[in-house]
Amino acid sequence: MTQLGQLAKVLRSKNSGPFELTLDVLFDSEENYRMVKASGRITKATVCELYGIAEEQIHHLVFFDQALGFKITISRDISSGTVGDRDVYGAQQHAPLMMLAIDTAEEG
Amino acid sequence: MNTDIRILSPCGMLGYGFPEQSFLRGMDQEIHGIVVDAGSTDAGPHKLGAGVSIVSKRAAKKDLDIMIAGGVPRGIPIIIGSAGGSGAAKHVNWTLDIIQEILQERNLQANISVIWADFTQEEVVQARREGRIHGLSPNIPPLDEAAIRETNSIVAQMGHEPIVEALHGGADIIVCGRAYDPSPFAAIGIYHGKDPGLSYHLGKILECGALCAEPGTTKDSILGTITDDAFLVQSLNPARKCSPTSVAAHTFYEKEHPYILHGPGFTLDLEHCRFEEQKEGVVRVTGSRFIPADTYNIKLEGARLVAYRTFVVAGIRDPILIGKLEEVEALVKQGAQDYYSDIPESDYSIHFYNYGINGVLGSKELETFRGHEVGVMFEVVAKTQELASSLCATVRSTFLHYGYEGRKSTAGNLAFPFAPSDIEFGPVYEFSVYHLMEMSGESFRIERI
Repeated sequence: MTQLGQLAKVLRSKNSGPFELTLDVLFDSEENYRMVKASGRITKATVCELYGIAEEQIHHLVFFDQALGFKITISRDISSGTVGDRDVYGAQQHAPLMMLAIDTAEEG
Repeated sequence: MNTDIRILSPCGMLGYGFPEQSFLRGMDQEIHGIVVDAGSTDAGPHKLGAGVSIVSKRAAKKDLDIMIAGGVPRGIPIIIGSAGGSGAAKHVNWTLDIIQEILQERNLQANISVIWADFTQEEVVQARREGRIHGLSPNIPPLDEAAIRETNSIVAQMGHEPIVEALHGGADIIVCGRAYDPSPFAAIGIYHGKDPGLSYHLGKILECGALCAEPGTTKDSILGTITDDAFLVQSLNPARKCSPTSVAAHTFYEKEHPYILHGPGFTLDLEHCRFEEQKEGVVRVTGSRFIPADTYNIKLEGARLVAYRTFVVAGIRDPILIGKLEEVEALVKQGAQDYYSDIPESDYSIHFYNYGINGVLGSKELETFRGHEVGVMFEVVAKTQELASSLCATVRSTFLHYGYEGRKSTAGNLAFPFAPSDIEFGPVYEFSVYHLMEMSGESFRIERI
């Protein structure tokens, strides 16, 4: 098992507008990208578990092969910069995804 | 038209600064527009609500001075998108004052066009009654009339159209109110008859400055070139380099979907784009598709004042207190509420942020705390500043002297880094308007100065 953060080149979070948070995971090796994509771990269920949210709070979970990456966009519980928000830019919400364990063992 | 169109983006945010050498390297070539984005909603609703900027006047002037000195004498149009950070009238006027100062100091003349992006409460109320307001996502409350009436500053993101019109009007400097970030860049290509898909995709990349290069930064210049069937991106600083991966990866940045982008009056489909290295450090992109929308929607943004805040930052090193911190905080909160039982609890709220334990992720933190020191920030947000400060002082004194079960350090529970410990923050805002509005007629007024 390897953590997703060790396999990715870029793993970040940021607002996509004040009401959404978007997580980007980008790879510099096609092999790592394919392995993570094929691992079956990058699912809505995983994201719900990592971020304690319901499935309808996931707006997008999309792989983009040209960029060797995938993007997950979720709704914010509290909009950016108002009472109760803890991360105005949404720039430090990626850590739970970074720690996700990916099975890197060859099959068979 | 066969001419290649070159756009110079000095930096990712006006006032963030850039190496002048990078900018001048760009100016060695024939440039058709110097364009900079000055705004964002990233820093929260406060700038729009309070009518203030996120960069200092000094920093904005430093950047604008280089741009004006380079562009105006050569007749290269200069465009500033989302002036002043939020693009409302106050922000636009702040930017205009700086530009006038520079022109005077440098003894230069320039035709300035301003494109206003403000909308009155009446216009938005009217649009709502006509059913022209639409939601963006389920977690944004539907817009009601009360929210519109409480929102003093409403702007909308303009598309390229009014900017192209200002270019046709012969403007040397165009100061845009709130704009869709890529639009001021796209306007240059579209004005010169280039493909809108390529123009917008390039705009999306250029608006962040050199963030699409490696190492990426918003504080450096980048050059975009639009040909008849592609666009090219290259760094203007030899210390950075664009690669097909770095440019493709940047297409992801700060938006909800990796390859579908919604802008004012269109959708941009980048699914079938190709990113290739034309030569060392020059990335060639093809296949960006511009799809006009059936109805022309613009995104409205508005901020309203919701409360006033006073807060305290303190450190805790006592292992016994750290071991039962959340429990003690709940008791402190209860103590302050009991003391002010004459004040309705709906008039204020008390929050604790325990940095070191779960300050960033709150209840979503998955890690178990194993440290020896905690940074505590607590705040009171209330209907008035006086109420917030009074309550915060009581929370602070209660917390400082709270005699929790098992306490040994009976002199005090908090290490304040500063005196005074209580900071009056002022008003707190929220994005009360973040909705689509169907355009009716010419919504963005152009004024020549």
